[in-house]
Amino acid sequence: MYNFDYVKPASVADAVAALQGEDAQAIAGGQTLIATMKQRLAQPRTLVDLTGITEMQGISVDGGVVSVGAGARHAEVAGSAEVRGAIPALADLAGKIGDPQVRNRGTIGGSIANNDPSACYPAAVLGLGATVVTNAREIAAADFFQGLYTTSLNEGEVVTAVKFPVAAAASWQKFEQPASRFSLVGVFVAKVEGEVRVAVTGASEEGVFRAAALEQALASDFSAAAVEGASVSSAGMIADLHGTPDYRANLVKVMTKRAVEAMS
Amino acid sequence: MPTVSMTVNGKAVASDVEGRTLLVDFLRENLRLTGTHVGCDTLQCGACVVHVNGDSVKACSMLALSAEGAEITTIEGIANPDGSLSVLQRAFQDHHGLQCGFCTPGMVMSAADLLKRNANPSEREVREWLEGNLCRCTGYHNIVKAILAAAAEMRGEKIAAE
Ligand code: FES
Ligand code: FES
Repeated sequence: MYNFDYVKPASVADAVAALQGEDAQAIAGGQTLIATMKQRLAQPRTLVDLTGITEMQGISVDGGVVSVGAGARHAEVAGSAEVRGAIPALADLAGKIGDPQVRNRGTIGGSIANNDPSACYPAAVLGLGATVVTNAREIAAADFFQGLYTTSLNEGEVVTAVKFPVAAAASWQKFEQPASRFSLVGVFVAKVEGEVRVAVTGASEEGVFRAAALEQALASDFSAAAVEGASVSSAGMIADLHGTPDYRANLVKVMTKRAVEAMS
Repeated sequence: MPTVSMTVNGKAVASDVEGRTLLVDFLRENLRLTGTHVGCDTLQCGACVVHVNGDSVKACSMLALSAEGAEITTIEGIANPDGSLSVLQRAFQDHHGLQCGFCTPGMVMSAADLLKRNANPSEREVREWLEGNLCRCTGYHNIVKAILAAAAEMRGEKIAAE
């Protein structure tokens, strides 16, 4: 890993200021970024550690909204009685990311800002129609994720929290790639704000997406049979040594069926 | 060079480090605490697990500077104050939970975190918890047995080793 300057600001304002520097890069739990830097695929001049910022911590439930500070570690979300009470599927998802040690470091803000096409959190953020809060604005989930490792965050903009609407029902079903523990295919199904949403991660070359055909089928008939009758195209799905596009397209249906059954 | 200070196994330590110095290198190179191992360097194997403020983390993927002010416990800090093996360490010995021993410090540190959170884990919970710890020789079975036996002993029950 190339060397860098390291700063650990105590406030969002100081972090935003530090990120104005040339080749400055934010780091949260570092469970992706440190590996990337070791491979010299990233070489920031300044690393801005966000884990000392109290305003980015904490989880609260208020008026049908679960607010999770961007600095909340996966283990905190998984272990939060408030999250489990309001959106059990969200706690489930956090509790299945990586392994216990990764969950003790990795954060929700880091996960969504990185937008790995196989990361778990983007599925919940898109599936629940959450709002991403930054130092500058609020961004709807549908506008936030912009394809492979790309988000609508501007240079130097910091995710400070994610606000999830409480769903009437939701389920997270992950088919895990056992070596990396990422989703080979993960599906988040939610009945929220009067509609059925199906968000899929791990499958598409464009990253997380909503499976429109499955949503339509489930809107009129919320059953596994309706999923069976719908068709999921393999166009644009990831092809790698773990699975072909057709395999992934099939898994999308299988995991959606499991979610629907878990919610029925 | 920036200076980092933290408490390691109850002792205050401070040292100059580079930004890129990993916590595991700080422990092994600066403090000569070589019980914490590096197997993969890429978050897979868990040989580098230590406790940071009570939580098990992989020291190969945390910067030393991020641990400023933290309380760190490594495998060297796990034995009883008189130097004898802790219940958990002895259980690994009694149940043949190690062969070459390379993964063992990480296994013990990971298991210690589990038993702090869950005094009575099921076998399945132990196996799931060890997801991030790889062992290339013992085969997990005896490691799981050792952890379950240590949990029982810490609860005041006694399970005989074979
Ligand atoms: S050396 Fe840290 S996980 Fe393998
Ligand atoms: S005892 Fe040899 S790797 Fe586990």
